[in-house]
Amino acid sequence: MLPNGEHSVKVVSLVSIGRHPQSGRSRRAEQDGRAVELGLKLAGDNLTVVHAGDSQEPVLRQYAGMGLNALTVLSQEADGDALPLMYDFLSQSDANVLLMGIRAESGESSGMLPYLLAEKLGWPLLSRVADIVHINQREAEVLLALPRGQRRSVTVSLPFVATIDNAAIEARQTAFGPGLRAKINLIENQKITDDTATAWQISPAKPRPKRMKVVKAKNAADRFKAATAKPAGGGGKIMKNETPAEKAQAIFDLLLEEKVIR
Amino acid sequence: MSELSSNLIRRDPRAEWIARNRLHPLHDSIMAASGAEVRGPSGLIRKNPHIVGFIGPNGIKRIDRANTTSGIGNKKRSSVIQEVVLPLHQVVNPEGYIFVVPDMVGGRLTTHDKDVLGLAHKLIKEQSDTQNMAVVAVCFGESKETQFELAGVDRLIHLSGSQFDGFTPEARLTALQQINNQYQPKHWLFPDSINGGTDLASRLAARLGERAAAQAWQVSAIQTVCRGASGSVDIVRETPKILMLLEECGDAIDETRHEVLPLSVDDMGLLEKIDTRLIDKGLMAVDPNEVPLAEAEFILSAGNGIHNWDQFHECAKELGATEGASRVAVDDGFMPRARQVGASGTWVTARVYLAVGISGAIQHMQGIGQCEKIVAINTDAGCDMIKRADLAIVEDSEEVLAELIRLVKQHNLFKEQEEKDDAA
Repeated sequence: MLPNGEHSVKVVSLVSIGRHPQSGRSRRAEQDGRAVELGLKLAGDNLTVVHAGDSQEPVLRQYAGMGLNALTVLSQEADGDALPLMYDFLSQSDANVLLMGIRAESGESSGMLPYLLAEKLGWPLLSRVADIVHINQREAEVLLALPRGQRRSVTVSLPFVATIDNAAIEARQTAFGPGLRAKINLIENQKITDDTATAWQISPAKPRPKRMKVVKAKNAADRFKAATAKPAGGGGKIMKNETPAEKAQAIFDLLLEEKVIR
Repeated sequence: MSELSSNLIRRDPRAEWIARNRLHPLHDSIMAASGAEVRGPSGLIRKNPHIVGFIGPNGIKRIDRANTTSGIGNKKRSSVIQEVVLPLHQVVNPEGYIFVVPDMVGGRLTTHDKDVLGLAHKLIKEQSDTQNMAVVAVCFGESKETQFELAGVDRLIHLSGSQFDGFTPEARLTALQQINNQYQPKHWLFPDSINGGTDLASRLAARLGERAAAQAWQVSAIQTVCRGASGSVDIVRETPKILMLLEECGDAIDETRHEVLPLSVDDMGLLEKIDTRLIDKGLMAVDPNEVPLAEAEFILSAGNGIHNWDQFHECAKELGATEGASRVAVDDGFMPRARQVGASGTWVTARVYLAVGISGAIQHMQGIGQCEKIVAINTDAGCDMIKRADLAIVEDSEEVLAELIRLVKQHNLFKEQEEKDDAA
């Protein structure tokens, strides 16, 4: 199915512990699952899946159940800083492609980890990748997910970092038994705490106030008008007596100007 | 008093006395001359209820509160309609800057961008006693925005050049880094959006080694509240230099005008050294009908006025537009229910909405409330869709669509020819 040589690329997928949006239970993170799925598509058995945290976390077995033989865990406390551990691990490995989700579903979820890693490693970074269409030893052809369902094609030279968008192919179902049988390679590290973050106050999210529609009318008649007015476009151009060709040309010019026709 | 050119209100006690005394021989002439405004002995404006309104056709007195017929002999009302010139907010010799990098989707400020600009002014106001600061907007690429001054932009850096077109995060990052070195801004504010704001902010934060706050929604000069753990917790922290702000983080500017003075960036020579490891291959052709209707960028919508449905589908295909329909077209079985736009269908957010043969029932108009540009083709010049449209065509749809298809085909042919020439 895949062209020869594709599997020789070394891919690393970083995974984190997700959070179910309704129940709040820990789960396989949505985008990280997709990063593993894409890694499996690109590298097959050559895929390395890395997690920084607790090796006893049961959610890791959900990732392992996607068909992984082994999982690497860089052990650290819950308040630890993942960046130096990841950097040390990656600079020692011979990885070409680094995949991960856009934002973690737990912790600060600032989405900065891929950027900081890319900056430290000196690799180019692509955010919101929908698919990696083709990859060889030198470069990869990547599809980026843009807003409004659009796609952009970008060529990037290896090695590179990519964050995976929700538009990427969905993560496969996990198998419970194989997940339990997968080996976990534990790498012990010295404790590095995130000192800045310990000063923060963290509390359950308050619902955000809805913005009120403020009517600035000074008198009752204006308020009445603001409440009942029909939507009226200010100063639209009306073409009535021109020929159909001229009218079509006017529409066409507007579409070109708005760049919806390319 | 209206004869005087100054805005000072000058009282004429004698005239006021005559105006109060309805039995005075000069009362009528004074009332006619003085216009609508009459002041009582304490200086309060007194309204004469007898001169409000007019006598209707049946001889009954009518008061037109909605002001639908801009009143004859109702001078006061008509003068209110004049364009209001907002007061100009000037910043002379600013000591510091807050930089905002708006998304500028389609070359215009989005509501999210305007909220961020409003927040920048709020931050400045909080510390205005210590420092005189200006809000600077940094725009990349082509800009079609004409209302920077009303959105609260004191200074503008507009970087337009081929090196910033398309997907060019590295070039934009280098430019921002250069600006940062030159001006040392107090804050960098970005919209936390999928339109590129988050990406650029994260790149800048990584490059400058700053710890940015993402998903911030309550920001003051001292502390910031931002969402974390997929929106389930609030993190209260010191306000950092780089902020990615959620929607509705602040209130857009609406009471002042701003100067929009250009600000220069020197030594853009750094841009020469950008690495070419990322090469943009352009946008891919996506099947427009695969894009969900709610987030389609360009919708061609059909209503009761369409008779030639094959032509409509052909037109949508040629234009590369997502197809939509009004309720009538769906009820009559010409379009699937999933394509219905409006209150009982989909609320669309298209940038350009081309409505063909839709007269604009209120339920349909609600559904297209968020669209930016609306083009209407309709035979009825008085319908609501024509009133709402930015470009309205009064004509039978079939002829215009035929012409439009011809133009697009011609355009595509021309483009293909050009590409062949480039390749050769």
